[in-house]
Amino acid sequence: MRSRSRWLAAFRTPVGVISSILVLALIVVAIVAPSAFGHGASVDDLRQALRGPSAQHLLGTDALGRDLLDRVLVATRLSLIMAALATLIATVGGLLLGALPAVTGRRAGALIGAFINLTFAFPGLLLAMFLAIIFGLGEQGAVLAIGISGIPSIARLAQTLTASIASADYVTAARMLGVRRDKVITRHVLPNIAEPLVISVTLSLGSALLAFAALSFIGLGIQPPGYDLGELLNQGLPQISYDPAASLGPALTVVIAGAAFNLLGDAVARALGPTAVPAGRRRRSQGSAAPASPPVTSGNVLAVDDLTVAFPGPSGALTPVAGVSFALAPGEVVGIVGESGSGKSLTALGVSRLVDSPGVVSAGTLSFAGADLLTRNGPAVRALLGTSLSMVFQDPLSALNPAIKIGPQLAEVTRVHQGQPRKDALARAVDRLSAVRLPAPAKLARQYPHELSGGMRQRAVIAMGLMGAPKVIIADEPTTALDVTVQSQILDLLRTVQAQERAAILLISHDVAVVGQLCQRVLVMYAGRIVEDLPAAALAADAAHPYTRALVATVPDMTTDRDQPLATIAGRPPSPASLPPGCAFAPRCMFATEQCHTQRPALTSFGTRRRVACWHPQITEAAVPLAEGTVPG
Amino acid sequence: MTVTRVRIEGATVRYGTGRHAVTAVDCVDLDLQAGRCTGLVGESGSGKSTLARAVTGLTRLSGGQITVNGAPVRRPRRDVQLIFQDPYASLDPRRTVGQSVAEGLGPAAPRGRTARTDAIIRLLDQVSIEASTIGSYPSELSGGQRQRVALARALAAEPAVLVADEITSALDASVQGSILNLVRDLQRAWGFALLFISHNLAVVRYVSDTVTVMYCGQIVESGPTKEVLARPEHPYTRSLLQSIPSLSRLATEDLTDAASPVAIPAQVAVRTSQAATADPADPAAPPSGCRFHPRCAVGPLNRPDRTICLTSDPARDAASRRHHAACFFAAPEPGADAESPAHLGPARNS
Repeated sequence: MRSRSRWLAAFRTPVGVISSILVLALIVVAIVAPSAFGHGASVDDLRQALRGPSAQHLLGTDALGRDLLDRVLVATRLSLIMAALATLIATVGGLLLGALPAVTGRRAGALIGAFINLTFAFPGLLLAMFLAIIFGLGEQGAVLAIGISGIPSIARLAQTLTASIASADYVTAARMLGVRRDKVITRHVLPNIAEPLVISVTLSLGSALLAFAALSFIGLGIQPPGYDLGELLNQGLPQISYDPAASLGPALTVVIAGAAFNLLGDAVARALGPTAVPAGRRRRSQGSAAPASPPVTSGNVLAVDDLTVAFPGPSGALTPVAGVSFALAPGEVVGIVGESGSGKSLTALGVSRLVDSPGVVSAGTLSFAGADLLTRNGPAVRALLGTSLSMVFQDPLSALNPAIKIGPQLAEVTRVHQGQPRKDALARAVDRLSAVRLPAPAKLARQYPHELSGGMRQRAVIAMGLMGAPKVIIADEPTTALDVTVQSQILDLLRTVQAQERAAILLISHDVAVVGQLCQRVLVMYAGRIVEDLPAAALAADAAHPYTRALVATVPDMTTDRDQPLATIAGRPPSPASLPPGCAFAPRCMFATEQCHTQRPALTSFGTRRRVACWHPQITEAAVPLAEGTVPG
Repeated sequence: MTVTRVRIEGATVRYGTGRHAVTAVDCVDLDLQAGRCTGLVGESGSGKSTLARAVTGLTRLSGGQITVNGAPVRRPRRDVQLIFQDPYASLDPRRTVGQSVAEGLGPAAPRGRTARTDAIIRLLDQVSIEASTIGSYPSELSGGQRQRVALARALAAEPAVLVADEITSALDASVQGSILNLVRDLQRAWGFALLFISHNLAVVRYVSDTVTVMYCGQIVESGPTKEVLARPEHPYTRSLLQSIPSLSRLATEDLTDAASPVAIPAQVAVRTSQAATADPADPAAPPSGCRFHPRCAVGPLNRPDRTICLTSDPARDAASRRHHAACFFAAPEPGADAESPAHLGPARNS
């Protein structure tokens, strides 16, 4: 069980161990103490009154000669029970109040929300004191006072959590299916807000303990002859100058109890919160035996050989990108196409050295514009990458700093990497903005990113990449977030940029048609490896790898026969954690034989600059004359 | 049993008030029929998703009305179901596949544990999900499988109308095909009226009998799929069609020399003059007159004499013909566009 092992792991941490021991100890004391030490705690012995600490009375005695240590231990039960009761009141009340806006109409919901916020703004302890006086001094009054004063914070949390669940698609679906509102709350909302609430409730147990101590200490809580930890603190304080133990004993207990529950809350949060990638056990993956010699011709602007990106996994390193080799000639437009999880984006990040820890990039060769990126790693390489390699990502808004105007933001590139004066850099920024065909570039340079539309922002990002003299532009899903008509404009722009700047482009996309539209050559990735390298013109009808063929066939276009079912690929891609020993596509492949399941095919060259990793490549006659150097058409 | 008919008449959805008011859907007329699939195409901000929510009763209309078999839709109802875009958000992560599908079973569903389980298994079978998956949690399923479960849950309510809002756009290409096949098969088997919304024209073309194109809250063109896509009359529809990247077009057009890597692709051919320039209109500040005029290739941008596009809104009194475009200069080919407004009334073409 995954969840069980998470609990175990969380409670094996120092915080988990300490907090569980402390809380267990408190509970044992609360159960045992009244019967074990009740006598010493309650029987007056005036001869022993107000004695300091001794071997017989470790914390000394009070004004009636009762043992203070016994009294502290016995008081723990009452303090814990009252804290638990108050937390119960706060939780139930908070949940009801917080979930109410989701059940009532919109206007009533807004009123309740405002009321919660109003009460939340009121200091909790002040509210508790106020309520304690209203409800009357003593146990009952204190529990009610602290319980009720804890309601606003839980209610606010519950309200926020409920609001986020209430707008979830599955709650909308339930509404459309006619599920009653109260059922929606118990079925969908409560189970999904339980985790953060449990954390919060554990934490508030600790603060309730402290609140009771505070209330009793100022005489608004438990009244003698009853006593809890706060009341003992109150009794001990007048003697603090000559008998510090009498007040320090209860004070320390309150602190320990409060800390125990707070730490427990932390441990619970760790068990329930988002899982962190377990640190450590970073293993450098050995480069797998390099299969096909990459078609590296001298003069390539980018050469990648046997690129592997590894991440530490629960059972050994995972390699979402393995043995990727390719090269980009100056000015060449190459696409990488693949489905989610195929490793296409990680390949791009690996090439540009942007893989975050704990990912580890290794390669046989990784050279960019003549510089070896594997061995050299200093300001020179950073400057080279900064001016000669530009990246365009899917979301242009996150690629731009929202707080800096477009012009200065672009100017920063050449100011940092080339030390260009501010004014010149700004002038270049305006020039580059007009190069990407943005209207009124001078005005635009003075605008913030949020003032631009999605398409304009993506143009600005491309302009930023053109601030230096890019030799390679890596574009990772640059049009996925854009509308179709805007997509076609951005693709046109990339083409123009490639022609004008003679920059090579590496376009990464899930969309075969987009890649085919822009690129000359296409690398098809599946389960972390390149399975085929082919000219874009061959995509439609002449792909050699069964996966490429299937992928192209599944995408409907404007000529697809509407009377036939669409072609599909059975099964799903393997996860990087469970790759089959042979060809990763074999389980879904109609041509697969025994060999495919046991031996992984290497990426082998054929024809003119074509490569395929398949035991049964579907090589048509059209591809063969190409191999002999005849240029079609 | 009567044949379901959904009538959308003058549907208008306005958000906000005063200066911040945005008209997301502006006076839309549309008919949906049982056993027919109506495709709805548009870019972001076109109002297509808002219209979907209005049809399902999740969003209240500010004007006009939507009726299902004569009864106005004012709140969510079991016979109108919606399938969401994100299969990762549409299933409760804490409920099993069986529990999620069971939620769709209505008051008429069989009572008793085994009878209900049988009903759920039958529904899962309809969407090609194995019965053994009934106890699985959504986290154990792929995106495509989740979308199938969401379909089964909607089918449990035996909907007369199914609204599918971008149901494949979050899925991988190889999964998209099987979901589209499934939706088509289900519609044939169950006979519900299907409103299929997508930004992808090729996908809409594959599933829809009729197609409706929306732009900035208005319908600009609608008609039988084959006709609209073969002979688009609205310049916006034409620009949409031209923007679609296509491999088959590539195969016929491409003349790139594969051996020479530096060659500029042949597709650089200047297509931009026909495709829409500039960005889609903002529904919060729609342009005057025809909302498409700032981007229109045959409008005042290139033809200064066409001032009517600046002053009159051709979508305002849309004539309901079998195939119509809300354009004063509607014509099947950009070159063959009429020299003067087709008629005095807008959007007529003969």
